[in-house]
Amino acid sequence: MIDLKKLAFASTIALAAGIGAAQAQGDLTVAVQLEPPHLDPTSAAAGAIDDVVYSNIFEGLTRFMSDGTVVPGLAESWEISDDGLVYTFKLREGVTFHDGTAMDAEDVKFSLDRARAEDSVNAQKALFTSISDVAIIDPLTVRVTLSEPNGLFLFNMAWGDAVIVAPESIDTIKTNPIGTGAFRFVNWVQGDRIDIEKNPEYWGTPARLDNATFKFISDPTAAFAAVMAEDVDMFSTFPSPENLPQFEADPRFQVLVGSTEGETILAINNKLPPFDNVKVREAVAHAIDRQAIIDGAMFGLGTPIGTHFAPHHPAYVDLTANSAHDPDKARALLAEAGFPDGFETTLHLPPPSYARRGGEIIAAQLAAVGIKAEITNVEWAQWLETVFKGKNFGLTIVSHTEPMDIGIYARPDYYFQYDNKAFQDLIAELNKTTDPNERTALLQQAQTVIANDFVNGFLFQLAKPVVAKIGLEGFWVNAPTQAVDLTAVGWTE
Amino acid sequence: MLRYALKRLLSLLLSLAVASLVIFFVIEVAPGDPASFMLGINAQPETVAALRSELGLDVAKWQRYLDWTGGMLTGDFGTSYTYRTPVAEMIRDRLWVSLPLALYALTLSTAIAFPAGIYAASRRGKPGDIAVMGATQIGVAVPNFWFAMMLVLIFAVNLRWFSAGGFAGWDTGVWTGIRSLTLPAISLALPQAAILARVMRSSLLDILGEDFMRTARAKGLSRRQALWRHGMRNALIPVLTIIGLQFSFLLAGSIIIEQVFYLPGLGRLVFQSISSRDLIVVESVVMLLVFSVILVNFLVDLAYALVDPRLRART
Repeated sequence: MIDLKKLAFASTIALAAGIGAAQAQGDLTVAVQLEPPHLDPTSAAAGAIDDVVYSNIFEGLTRFMSDGTVVPGLAESWEISDDGLVYTFKLREGVTFHDGTAMDAEDVKFSLDRARAEDSVNAQKALFTSISDVAIIDPLTVRVTLSEPNGLFLFNMAWGDAVIVAPESIDTIKTNPIGTGAFRFVNWVQGDRIDIEKNPEYWGTPARLDNATFKFISDPTAAFAAVMAEDVDMFSTFPSPENLPQFEADPRFQVLVGSTEGETILAINNKLPPFDNVKVREAVAHAIDRQAIIDGAMFGLGTPIGTHFAPHHPAYVDLTANSAHDPDKARALLAEAGFPDGFETTLHLPPPSYARRGGEIIAAQLAAVGIKAEITNVEWAQWLETVFKGKNFGLTIVSHTEPMDIGIYARPDYYFQYDNKAFQDLIAELNKTTDPNERTALLQQAQTVIANDFVNGFLFQLAKPVVAKIGLEGFWVNAPTQAVDLTAVGWTE
Repeated sequence: MLRYALKRLLSLLLSLAVASLVIFFVIEVAPGDPASFMLGINAQPETVAALRSELGLDVAKWQRYLDWTGGMLTGDFGTSYTYRTPVAEMIRDRLWVSLPLALYALTLSTAIAFPAGIYAASRRGKPGDIAVMGATQIGVAVPNFWFAMMLVLIFAVNLRWFSAGGFAGWDTGVWTGIRSLTLPAISLALPQAAILARVMRSSLLDILGEDFMRTARAKGLSRRQALWRHGMRNALIPVLTIIGLQFSFLLAGSIIIEQVFYLPGLGRLVFQSISSRDLIVVESVVMLLVFSVILVNFLVDLAYALVDPRLRART
């Protein structure tokens, strides 16, 4: 593998001179790592679905912009009652689905009711649980009533899981998605590619591209070859960060590294002795050298975090000093907790390289203070079964990619089993608060509580490297939600 | 001949029945649940339960086994848990890549191995033989994915004659399809050709030392005539065995090559389905592969009987 890269590097230099393969200005081939299982974003957690359909094919009442702000989507405007319980959405006029049917209040009611129904299979059903009623006022006005105020409601409606779908096309949505977006679905050759094309009837700013093709390449070597051979014009979330300098040095390509909502943590089983002792968790926190992990496992990509919160968010508090790398302190804390000679535990590692590579480094860092972590590599399905559901683990590494998910620390039955009544009350209050300043204060308080309780080892915010050909512009650099939004993408003249 | 064929057929059916049992229950005991895989780590328990019942996973295991095997007899392989499309359709689409690829690779490897093996045998101990044997030694030792990466580097990244991977699809034309399969087929064929050439050579050499070959020469045939009329038929038996094994291997064992060239073949389908615990797809594809291996062996058995009349008589 290493030899290949060296050879490839040499060949790059030989190549760099004369390339100018003409490509159609309106076409784009974009590669992502994983193929979606199906194309219904409202009934699976797979980010690969959102990669293809979010904003391109499906739209919600609100939507995320690349900088993380939430702007009007299919809802042109809204009014919120003074008690924060009633949202009256005014829908855009003249919006049609790709099959020609009109998008109106009926579709909104159908989509929201479907997501919160008893037999709903929406992976983010929690986004909708505060809704108590959806009423149609007129074809372009919908009134949503909440059972309690929810400061995140408009934010929640921007998720891919909350897009507006039509009852007419719901039965075939998994293989033939019909949305309202700037692109419409053309074809899916399973295992190979998905084609989408410009929607000429689009209500908003029309797409700049005429055709776009998604390709699915998960093998890092194949990904490298596909970009080098210019089989693909753009690779969103390139799988091997070690290749990036090579692309940067190549005049054919641009490399952009953006931020994501993925807090990568060393999750600790808070109920499993000795981790039920806060001193032990504090020792773990001080045993970790974040920068060594970022450099060693991610080749420098990633921002250190000291709590479960995205550093690019305005409410972020930098608490990394709270758990600074200090092996001596870690050893002292272990001795205080009654483990002068350390102890043995398990470390379960799911497939992504941040976990597999990072895990080796963390195991070594823990060993340096006397904690012997036995590494077990697991597949995702197995991880979900034993770690997530069975809670049968000591330590594990995982990236939590959902936006604004600090609320998971208020779920005592969640896999890391952090049970703190004060924190749960804090989150309950946060959920009810709609005033932005009060929300910021509460969010900061929440970040500090979990950092001081050393609930998990907070490692780094996952970065998103994008490799694209020179001349391509308008794509998302940061990823406030998992998406490859092509609506503004085009080639420079 | 008929009795021989029937006997073989019976053993084929028995093997299939046993295989289906083993496959189903081995795969079902592996930890992991397709519904929780689909819904991820933010889903609520009742949502997972709702999806499980939607997928029919809340039914007892033996009942699902019976449904599955019963369905297969009528050509209905069930519906994929994650893709939600009929498994039979998925397999058919993937076979349109895997089967041509396997045949392409087999044709290439045979086309290389036969002349190389015959040449080496006829030049036994001479420089030509040593050169061929040396080359095949390398071919056997080097893994096919390494060939694959080298081919991509030279012909896709540098020379740009082929794309680095992917499959254009047969609907874009037979030639484009063959073109996308060329590099994968070569990388699969090279190690197979090396093995086959060695078998061909040693099998021929064994035959050349046989008494009946001397007799053939004694009755006045030239070396060449003796080889083609009497030697080849006998030397082909072990070669056929290897070709049969190789075909099964090529159909099932090209997972890594499909991964390197991101081809939408059967191997990659199995790989994806295992990681997403799409059990019904895994079970059906594995069953199909087992079936094809058993079928190929059956056909090879029949081919033996055609080449070697003694086998027919023995039953």
